[in-house]
Amino acid sequence: MSTDATEDLDAFRLRARSWIRDNLKPAAAGATAGVLRNNSTDEEELAQVAHERELQGMLFDAGFAGLCFPAAYGGQGLTPAHQQAFNEELTGHEFPVRLQAPTISPCAAVILDFGTEEQKLAHLPAILRGDELWMQFLSEPGGGSDVAGAQTSAVRDGDEWVLNGSKVWTTGAWWSDWGLCLARTNWDVPKHRGLSVFMLPIHQDGIDVHRIEMLNGTKEFCQEFMTDVRVPDTDRIGQVDDGWTVGIRWMFHERMLHNSPYVTIPAGDAHAGIGASSVLRVARESGKLDDVWVRELVGEARMLQLTTEALQRRLTEGMSSGVMSDQSAAIGRLFSGVVSTRTNTIAFEIAGGDSGAWTDDDGAISDCGSDFLMRQVSTIGGGTTEMARNVISERVLGMPRERTLDRDIAFRDVPRGGPS
Amino acid sequence: MQLNLTSDQEFFRDTTAKFLNEHAAPPEIRRLREEPDGFVAAYWQQGAELGWTSLLVDEARGGGSISGEGLLDLALVADQFGRHAAPGPLVPNNIVAGAISELSPERHADVLSGLLAGTSTASWCHLEPRPRDGLDDFALDVRVDGSDLILNGTKRPVESAGRASHLLVTGRTGSGLTQVLVATDTIGVTVRPMHTIDLTRRFSEVTFRDVRVAADSVLGEVAGADSQVERQFQQALVMANAETVGAMEFALDMTLEWAFDRYSFGRPLASYQELKHRFADMKTWLEAGHAISDLAAGAVSAGSDDAGELVSAAKAFLGQYGTELLQDCVQMHGGIGLTFEHDIHFFLRRVSLDRSLHGTPSQHRRRIAAGVMTTGNAA
Repeated sequence: MSTDATEDLDAFRLRARSWIRDNLKPAAAGATAGVLRNNSTDEEELAQVAHERELQGMLFDAGFAGLCFPAAYGGQGLTPAHQQAFNEELTGHEFPVRLQAPTISPCAAVILDFGTEEQKLAHLPAILRGDELWMQFLSEPGGGSDVAGAQTSAVRDGDEWVLNGSKVWTTGAWWSDWGLCLARTNWDVPKHRGLSVFMLPIHQDGIDVHRIEMLNGTKEFCQEFMTDVRVPDTDRIGQVDDGWTVGIRWMFHERMLHNSPYVTIPAGDAHAGIGASSVLRVARESGKLDDVWVRELVGEARMLQLTTEALQRRLTEGMSSGVMSDQSAAIGRLFSGVVSTRTNTIAFEIAGGDSGAWTDDDGAISDCGSDFLMRQVSTIGGGTTEMARNVISERVLGMPRERTLDRDIAFRDVPRGGPS
Repeated sequence: MQLNLTSDQEFFRDTTAKFLNEHAAPPEIRRLREEPDGFVAAYWQQGAELGWTSLLVDEARGGGSISGEGLLDLALVADQFGRHAAPGPLVPNNIVAGAISELSPERHADVLSGLLAGTSTASWCHLEPRPRDGLDDFALDVRVDGSDLILNGTKRPVESAGRASHLLVTGRTGSGLTQVLVATDTIGVTVRPMHTIDLTRRFSEVTFRDVRVAADSVLGEVAGADSQVERQFQQALVMANAETVGAMEFALDMTLEWAFDRYSFGRPLASYQELKHRFADMKTWLEAGHAISDLAAGAVSAGSDDAGELVSAAKAFLGQYGTELLQDCVQMHGGIGLTFEHDIHFFLRRVSLDRSLHGTPSQHRRRIAAGVMTTGNAA
């Protein structure tokens, strides 16, 4: 991309700043605090989803949606530096958080990488306008980390495919529109060679969306049961049986998390949940800021946050300049997961007895206990940190691969445990 | 280390690397254990010719940088020092040369030219004896007496003080800080060697008893050096951090190689998932260390508002995870890792030393917290 054709970064920043100031409200205090807290009714949730679609539409109309997507598909054709500048200007303002992951990345990013011209034109502008919310139909109840062991089947029937199976851990599928689905199209070859990827509307006969209640009461995660779902072959992404090529790139985008250049998120907010700012609030409202041990923990949380952000920048720079392989995204995934669990523990520690029992008047201290119970979500969701450690040791450091018993035999002959 | 260097920076780094491969190889490091100064004069002078002493000095004063940002170039040298556990007073000599160049280049022109040429060295008397940590709290007294200044107090540990021709002494005058350049042979200055965990770095306790120097020995203003001291401190941290990252990287590469070569129960150590996962953790700490160290170096070099916080974050992170990485490298080696014969202890020594000097992780966590409490900037 020539620099002449690209809007000057400083001019862009000023334009973004004034538009954001004129059009977006300040972020609601504590809007992204805590770990998947169960703090709104379904009606409130749906209203918020509708509001975020509107916000996305406003961004689109103002020329701030899809900054790094090509103009031909509704984007702006700008650089990651423009996205970074926009994210910095966005700090402290409301933004369409539910449109980012997984809709824009990985789903829209995968469509951009592998979709046909028709598919890209059909979906990318709609996504960037806020008209389509997407979910990943990736994990399966019997799968866990073994994504390539997908058992959802897709059988060809003329110009269509017939899908049967179940997908799980789709956040907010009950209010979303489309799913990107990994399915098995060939059971007679080894597992990585018999997969294909499809796009399908979520709300249709044949898909039953079931909401899963987590231990803290939140019902954001869903499981879908697919029965004879018919998908036209024109909604297949990538080649038949070559879905793992798509899948590898798909999981790369997923590991990039909020660091993807496609994602719009206020700078400093990329680790929503328990961050250094929540730790400081808990410390302050506990009246313990003068305690040396509390200061140590506040400093540690801030150190970890700064280091996480610095690491993500380094990895992005390294991967985009080719100095590092794309597999290095696993380094960021591992670090941010571990930092998140540590920071969560710090808040729990500072809150002390109030994290076990609290009242509605306890402000930032409320729910520290429930957040702690959900702590491991940050090292499980989006690929476990154990998988990240495998990727780093084997793909980044070149250490010997783990022995597997399913690589060179037809998938139908791979031993499987009982149904779950 | 920065990911994308200019070709000039690469050439500069590679020249130092080649020199250290030849002149700071493991047998030489072991030999230098017996050397009183921990290095020999010719080594330091040759290093000065390679640019080790001039990067924080103004071009008009005989210095100059490679990239236009001397501190970042110096971090490349420090990284190589870490990778070789190299000898020489890199941190204090550069701090003093930089301060003279900025604050008193005319008056101390001959001192500066000796430092630049590597024919003499200088040290910074910054840290103080327990229970003080010498980070924010200085007891060394600098009193104005007519046209003279009188120094009283003790500094420790002071690197390479026994060999230094001059000492830059940071002390207190009333409510402000004062910095004075003192010749080491001035009456009333006593240098007492200390023990150290490093093989080639040397440290002393330096006592100042009624040390009288002329008022023009002051660098900057009497009682007005606070921000200058903070900046020197940040520069020292940048160098120490870069050195730690270099040592971590070399030790990790060395240990990885060992894991491939060493067989137990008929298979290489590298094939055990428990060990692979620990290598993954170490690689992650290393990359995070590079990232925060580089980010902080850039901020200090640019003098940006967040420089103090970032460089403390880097020091706190590297102090904690650098030593953790090295100890785990020792663990991966087993008993041989604890012997003098093996090289891994060179790097364990260096990162442990760097952790303990210029503020421990705990002290820097508290500095970060103090900043966050003032600015509320923890979003």
